[in-house]
Amino acid sequence: MYAYDEIDRTLINERVAEFRDQVKRRLAGELTEDEFKMLRLMNGVYLQLHAYMFRVAIPYGTLSSPQLRKMAHVARRYDRGYGHFTTRQNIQFNWIKLADLPDALEDLASVGIHAMQTSGNCTRNVTTDQWAGVAPGEVEDPRIWAELLRQYSTMHPEFSFLPRKFKIAITASAHDRAAIKVHDIGLRIHKNEAGETGFEVLVGGGLGRTPFIGKVIKPFVHGRDILSYVESILRVYNQYGRRDNIYKARIKILVHELGIEKFAAEVEDEWLAMRDSALTLDNEVVEDIRSRFSYPHYQKLSDTPDELTAASADPHFARWLKNSVAPHQRTGYAIVTLSLKPVGGPPGDATAEQMDAVADLADKYSFGEIRVGHEQNLALPSVAKHDLPALWRQLDKLGLATPNVNLVTDIIACPGLDYCSLANTRSIPIAQELTRRFANHDLAELIGRLHINISGCINACGHHHVGHIGILGVEKNGEEFFQITIGGRADEHAVVGTLIGPAVPFAEVADVIEDIVEAYLALRARPDELFVQTVERLGVEPFKERVYATR
Amino acid sequence: MTSPLQQKIKINGPSVVTANRTWDGVVIYRDAHKGWTTDLAQAAIVHTADDARALLAESTADDVGAIGPYIAPVAVNDNGVVEPGNLREQIRRQGVTIDLPVSA
Ligand code: HEM
Ligand code: SF4
Repeated sequence: MYAYDEIDRTLINERVAEFRDQVKRRLAGELTEDEFKMLRLMNGVYLQLHAYMFRVAIPYGTLSSPQLRKMAHVARRYDRGYGHFTTRQNIQFNWIKLADLPDALEDLASVGIHAMQTSGNCTRNVTTDQWAGVAPGEVEDPRIWAELLRQYSTMHPEFSFLPRKFKIAITASAHDRAAIKVHDIGLRIHKNEAGETGFEVLVGGGLGRTPFIGKVIKPFVHGRDILSYVESILRVYNQYGRRDNIYKARIKILVHELGIEKFAAEVEDEWLAMRDSALTLDNEVVEDIRSRFSYPHYQKLSDTPDELTAASADPHFARWLKNSVAPHQRTGYAIVTLSLKPVGGPPGDATAEQMDAVADLADKYSFGEIRVGHEQNLALPSVAKHDLPALWRQLDKLGLATPNVNLVTDIIACPGLDYCSLANTRSIPIAQELTRRFANHDLAELIGRLHINISGCINACGHHHVGHIGILGVEKNGEEFFQITIGGRADEHAVVGTLIGPAVPFAEVADVIEDIVEAYLALRARPDELFVQTVERLGVEPFKERVYATR
Repeated sequence: MTSPLQQKIKINGPSVVTANRTWDGVVIYRDAHKGWTTDLAQAAIVHTADDARALLAESTADDVGAIGPYIAPVAVNDNGVVEPGNLREQIRRQGVTIDLPVSA
């Protein structure tokens, strides 16, 4: 966990007081909506269809148990008893009243939580691997660098009014769980031949209307230079990024239009002029940040405790163990994913009771720490293996042990037309129907890893472009229709999926997905050939045929 | 934002002006008495572009009470009951189409 210092606490508290005053003036009619909108957005407050929506940052996806309990409190006290975990390590509350927001922000501030960088044309909440600090084989804890970038970018005066929003993600593992290739800047921590830590820097990735996979702009930037290098990118973007057309304003468009070589040359010029500036990170600064992360006092434990061996005789437990429990850096410990994708439930939602209970379980079994990942699930990062059976029994009672992590029902979905004012179509009911169709765990396991991602409009909040199967809501003559893409992926081999044909109506989506899955089962070369691999090998044609032959 | 007075307004049938209430975000409709109502049945219904423009202008002037007023289609059935004219407006009136998560 990271301990905030006095400067952070003062900043957050001042921000709450400021917003309280702004809300008061808005409600008194002293501020018009035009004037107020920017101010509320800077504090994570959007307007949706039925109410305001409040987006709160979970920096690098790490929460302490008191912080999660405070989220539960906000859900219960000011909202309708639940929250929605998003793909960018934020939580959203859907029913909050403007008049209550200053109190909610103040309550969250008491545990160091805020809503800065959750909206507006600034650098957004820097995201990272939800397994940071515990993933085996990780080069080092990426949260140190996420925190440095957070401190550097929060309320940065030069970059608070960028042409458009700006998203940075970091990973330090070979397997990318942070989707860095679809971010404005993606950072992959690795070591050079001299054994020094640095970053492979990618730029220009993004989803939305015009999806792009990020391109490598520099294969190695030394850790001490990362702030100056990121600033150089931001400066070039700030100067040349298009402000005249919102659809062309993201850095991905600039990189695409200039070409990566030209863009890189601009950045290099900028960087050479400033690399030895005040932004150079000396070791002390990095070590100071590192020292403010506290790590669990791990014990020497057995990797094969008796409790685990005994419990594994229960097929339900064994199934969950295989699906939701992953290896940890330390012997005798494991990383446990808590599925927020129950059969028939809205993906990513958790009730206040679940949040409170998870906080208690974290205290009891995971050193008080909870993680939030971009797949809209939670994780307990450091659970002693001998505690797994006891933990499982309690998670199961809470509805948080569905053994479907990374399987067909582990669906990413945006709020869609049930909540969102920009939506063309609903997305949650599609996800719910699919979880019912594929509720049989034997079937889901037979199918294997398969990510379905759903967005209710082209803004792509549900990452549909990079779903193995992507579902995008479009409107046709006032009716809800859905375009289906296949073959996308969001990991280190990120690629945008291919459209298989004309959009299908709401009522047929689940049938179409079933057809696609059946086609895959018939076509795959081996049982362990993943869906995306079959699509890569055969292209979309056989799937297209299967779906449209009878429609 | 273009002033509503300058906006080209086209309506294809009976319409209302709807917005969200400032202090809590709740869905509201402009009524015929220069006020707002949460009940669609009480909303002022307009049938011509000129009337729609006037109702919108009057609504937009109340910046303290409402956010983002716009014209939305409605359907009036044979019994005179007013229904939202599309799915979006139906969801705005009735709430989400899914069950909200509830505690076990
Ligand atoms: C009130 C609700 C929301 C609004 C108004 C909204 C708005 C938008 C817009 C306009 C974009 C397109 C940005 C662009 O291409 O320049 C976008 C992208 C995105 N949003 Fe949302 N969003 C909402 C909810 C969410 C939720 C719930 C999630 C997570 C589940 C999310 C995650 C993302 C992501 C990951 C992207 C695409 C990545 C990118 O290219 O930036 N958003 N959103
Ligand atoms: S993808 Fe569209 S519908 Fe879904 S949350 Fe984003 S803006 Fe709303």
